[in-house]
Amino acid sequence: MYNSLSNRRSFIKKMAMLSAMTAAASMFPGILFAAEQEAGIPANANLDWKKGPCRFCGVGCGILVGTENGKAVAIKGDPNCEVNKGLLCVKGYHQIMCIQAKDRLTHALVKKNGAYVKTPLNEALDIVADKMKETISKHGKDAVAMYTSGQSTIPEGYVASKLMKGAIGTNNLDCNARLCMASAVAGFLTTFGADEPMGCYEDIDHADYFVTWGNNMAEMHPVLFSRMLEQKSRRGAKIIDFATRTSRSSIASTRSILFEPQTDLAVANAICYEIIKNGWVNTSFVEKHCSFNKGLTNMGYGLEDNYKFKDKPEKIDFEAYKAFLKDYSPEKVAKYSKVSVKDIKYLASIYGDPNKKVVSYWCMGMNQHTRGTWMNNLVYNIHLLTGKISQPGNGPFSLTGQPSACGTAREVGTFTHKLPKGVVMNEKHRRLAAKIWKVPYERIPSKPTYHTTEMFRAVDRGDIKFIWTQVTNPLVSLPKTSRYRPGMKKDSCFVVVSDVFPTPTSDVADVILPASWHIEKSGLYGNSERRTQHWDQMIDGPGDTTPDAWMTIEVAKRMGFRDLFPYTRENHVEEIYNEYKQFHEGKKHGMAPLEVLKKESGVIWPYVDGKSTQWRFNAKYDPACSNGEDFHFYGKPDGRAVIWQRPYEPAPEVPDQEYPFWLNTGRVVEHWHTGSMTRRIPVLHQSMPAAYIEFHPEDAKALGIRDGENVKITSRRGYCIMPASIDKRGLPTKGQVFAPFFDENMLINDVTLDAFCPISKEPDFKKCAVKVEKA
Amino acid sequence: MPIKSYLAHPYEGKKETLIKALTVIDQCEILPAENENLIVLVTETETEKEEEMLKEKLDAIKSLKLLAMVSGFNTPQKNN
Repeated sequence: MYNSLSNRRSFIKKMAMLSAMTAAASMFPGILFAAEQEAGIPANANLDWKKGPCRFCGVGCGILVGTENGKAVAIKGDPNCEVNKGLLCVKGYHQIMCIQAKDRLTHALVKKNGAYVKTPLNEALDIVADKMKETISKHGKDAVAMYTSGQSTIPEGYVASKLMKGAIGTNNLDCNARLCMASAVAGFLTTFGADEPMGCYEDIDHADYFVTWGNNMAEMHPVLFSRMLEQKSRRGAKIIDFATRTSRSSIASTRSILFEPQTDLAVANAICYEIIKNGWVNTSFVEKHCSFNKGLTNMGYGLEDNYKFKDKPEKIDFEAYKAFLKDYSPEKVAKYSKVSVKDIKYLASIYGDPNKKVVSYWCMGMNQHTRGTWMNNLVYNIHLLTGKISQPGNGPFSLTGQPSACGTAREVGTFTHKLPKGVVMNEKHRRLAAKIWKVPYERIPSKPTYHTTEMFRAVDRGDIKFIWTQVTNPLVSLPKTSRYRPGMKKDSCFVVVSDVFPTPTSDVADVILPASWHIEKSGLYGNSERRTQHWDQMIDGPGDTTPDAWMTIEVAKRMGFRDLFPYTRENHVEEIYNEYKQFHEGKKHGMAPLEVLKKESGVIWPYVDGKSTQWRFNAKYDPACSNGEDFHFYGKPDGRAVIWQRPYEPAPEVPDQEYPFWLNTGRVVEHWHTGSMTRRIPVLHQSMPAAYIEFHPEDAKALGIRDGENVKITSRRGYCIMPASIDKRGLPTKGQVFAPFFDENMLINDVTLDAFCPISKEPDFKKCAVKVEKA
Repeated sequence: MPIKSYLAHPYEGKKETLIKALTVIDQCEILPAENENLIVLVTETETEKEEEMLKEKLDAIKSLKLLAMVSGFNTPQKNN
């Protein structure tokens, strides 16, 4: 599709084509263009095609990048990649266009006397290492922190963890996946004792029903949604959209069912109530493979600094669970969920029909929730009660938002409580890490320190005096940026930001490090379906741009940890992966050798005896099952998955007289997260140049607000001014407004609330109370 | 001179016919959607007269239900 950009006319034609594709994508959810991907490539072009994963979402589409004379000039979907089978979404098609942005960070910048001074990279890295050492010396090792990303590559996450936990000896490492996947992790661990989905994308080819829980897949996971639409059209599979807002996904689905924010907890319980009442429980599955627990309730919402919570699981029996569900009859739940009795029974009947295969999908709607862990547990309950799990076309499937939220944040473990295998609280896991890292076991602290929200609170309080962010833009993506932006500006904290482009976060940095973009370095990602994907460097980056992993290694060496980081610049990705792979040896998480990953377009783990395990916990597919039964939930010591008794509890802040609207925030198909890349891709930026606030038409009419008119959205934290959008992209329910967060010029997260799930510590970006008025 | 892009909607079951009809017009480049009844069309003409003639050709295509313009760019006189 792409040919030489030096040809202005062909460039304009390309822009025209892309504009139309983008317009089509916003009108037709899941639309794909594939056959003509190479149409624009000159017949005599001598392109070198290299494979890799897409830079953007957690779907992990395979891409082929065409390079010529050291430049990336073309991109197409990888037909050999099972994820996308040659298809790409609008962001995927355009991704390489951001490389040429004029404001690319090409050299290190150091703030001197209030101004940024272009500085040789070695000098900047000296400053970072010196400052980190000085801070540790003066204030202790817990005064320094790193905040990384679900977009960091596996090697980048690995060396960050090794530096902080193994070398320095602090657990002050967390990542932005805390904002998107932590509830999924906590849900998997509490229910199954093992993280990440048991199924894979091939489930799409087998399922009769897809139930999407608060998940706008048409815009957020367009390629997977298009695969679902294909099954809908070809086999009559049905898509049920269960959400708080009518989106592009709702329109394309078989059925759209709307619920009042936070009441998904109650509806999930009502589905279980109906499954039991109607005799739809798969009794033999539950008796053989499940146990029942309850945990603490009324946990709070983490609104206060230094909030602590630890759940206390308690065994219960099926009868106690059944008695608990009496409060969740469809008739009772319908009264506050705004979901009709008929619709609740309809949802239950889908899961309850033993002859229908059902996959549940979710992403931020369930995870960014003050009861996110509970919500994940509740959807697992539905699948466990009916035995619809770990089989082709049957299973719960938590989707990830970032390209390596699974591979890096969860598997490498760049959360404060995690290690590459297991958690810091577990002595056996600490001993394994110490052995592989060749550090004294005692150096790795046994207690987690700061999860993301608390980390930035600690910066604001002055407890953290040095922070290094990589591959993330927290001053746009955190909740309640109205507190954390001034916090990061304080002189009490030295801020280092590694990034590809300037952002509101780099604006407050003391040192800015110029990072290599995706294809300017080699790397590995891990997608939503446990697929590890490798790519080789395809082009050179401009100026002093350097891979984040290598900058971390250079700082570690300067801090005196040279022996622990014996990697070479040329082969560090391979050397790091081979070291990291040792953590996961065995049938439960074995990872493919690098030579296999170099050849294949991604390989699903556990990789055992040269074969991927597509459905875990099912003895037919998973060689790690060892109990002699059909299923084995081996993550739990007793081999049983847990059905959790989790109640409905209200959101911490609900609309009232002063702040009468729910505020929901999210994303749009054109932009990737905070927009730092996609807003530099002209066609995507032109297609969606600015954020907006969506209204229900009746609310807009009552307030006298017209489409396009500027509106002030105010919460107890702050305010944001945005143009009104009435009955356009999405349609919120009455009493709710919705805003995307991609636009750094309209920071809706100044308004949001930093309440979080007490178990996962993931903030809720979907619910807080606001007032709206003409600006 | 004008480079324009459109979303071309064929009549039901006429997508292939429309693709064939557009393919034979010199000034047209197309990109059919894989999974929707839709074709992206990019046109390029040198003069106003050629643009008018193209419009007439497009209007005459029977399999074309609707042509919605998405973008229009005027380039400098061809000098490359």
